[in-house]
Amino acid sequence: MDTRRVSTLTVSDLAIVRGGRIVFRRLGFGLSAGEVLSLEGPNGAGKTSLLRVLAGFLPAFAGRIELTMSDHSRLDGDEQARRVGWLGHQDGIKPQLSVLENLAFYARLYGQSGADLRGVLDQVGLTRARDLPGQYLSAGMRRRLALARLLISRRPVWLLDEPLAALDVRGKAMVGDFVTAHCRDGGLVIAATHEALGLDCARLELGAA
Amino acid sequence: MRGFQALLYRDLRLATRAGGGAALALAFFAAVAVLVPLGIGADLKLLGRIAGGVLWVAAILAALLSLDRLFQADYEDGSLDQIALAPMTLETSAAAKIVAHWLTTGLPLTVLSPLLALLFDLPQAGYVPLLVSLGIGTPAVSAIGAIGAGLTISIRRGGLILPLLVLPLLSPVVIFGAGVVSGALSGLDNGAIWLLSAFSLAAVCLAPFAAAAAVRLNLAG
Repeated sequence: MDTRRVSTLTVSDLAIVRGGRIVFRRLGFGLSAGEVLSLEGPNGAGKTSLLRVLAGFLPAFAGRIELTMSDHSRLDGDEQARRVGWLGHQDGIKPQLSVLENLAFYARLYGQSGADLRGVLDQVGLTRARDLPGQYLSAGMRRRLALARLLISRRPVWLLDEPLAALDVRGKAMVGDFVTAHCRDGGLVIAATHEALGLDCARLELGAA
Repeated sequence: MRGFQALLYRDLRLATRAGGGAALALAFFAAVAVLVPLGIGADLKLLGRIAGGVLWVAAILAALLSLDRLFQADYEDGSLDQIALAPMTLETSAAAKIVAHWLTTGLPLTVLSPLLALLFDLPQAGYVPLLVSLGIGTPAVSAIGAIGAGLTISIRRGGLILPLLVLPLLSPVVIFGAGVVSGALSGLDNGAIWLLSAFSLAAVCLAPFAAAAAVRLNLAG
């Protein structure tokens, strides 16, 4: 078992090209364990692209992304991807499987078979919907299930793309609580959002030219 | 290995639930196999001679039906992003999906084939070769099909392009697969079964890498 913890995420001189167009270049920032970075900017500023590059889905056109561990070692690409907890636009929920089956699959996939699934569902307020097939969930409930998956993945680096979308007032407060708790446990959070997370955090304005 | 198992079980479960492709492929296979004798008429000698080839082609077309959704369903609902971040390589994930596809289409098609061969009055000597050739060859269909499925992930109506990509690559399987049956009927040892085995083995070993590369390309797209 790897007992090292992530200590910093450093992005330097990053450039992203999408469809032959430079989305941004010479982007640099650093984030330490326990910090939250809020990505802001108008539609098309490259928030989602940046998150997908950080997750390793998209190749960066130029620049470096480095994850440094508590023993000062650096991780390579595959190892970085295994530290990432991803909450994207799409919730990754199978309509044919029940809420509990969906979550149980991801727990096994992420090697967290021992996770307390019912406890996590309780945390996100889906206890009563436990046996409901995914196709009958509302957009907000799907989001809550995606949050439950993020919690059980036990990944230190959270990349959140519009985490507040479709959630009600209590759901939004819940996201704020989860982010705060995650940071208290030494995690890092980068969130692209149009609405304020309600937290005291660093901001990065993309597309500000 | 746990991730491999998790993905395999999930895909098996999805394929066998309502809306999954397993029953669909079987029904399609049966429908084609019933229609061909109706179209050709009651020339039992002719039917017996073409049974191997027709059943092989029908099996491949049936298996292709559910292949286009192999990665696409996961790509569209965001599951593929999560799978890509799992503590296993994409190659392992692709292999799990290929195995699941074969278990839910290739294997049932193989098991059903002797029953459909009855409709063609396949001579007694042809049944075991038919069963064996489908058992050996259909894994190659799932494997090579997965490459096509990976390439057409982000294409709308990719289900139409997939057969055009995959069918030419599957011609050796049809030639050797049907060759096993016709060889047995004519009493000649034509070696088709070894060529089929070699092709299938190579396809199953190499396809996960090609499919994973195709998926990676589409995740970055």
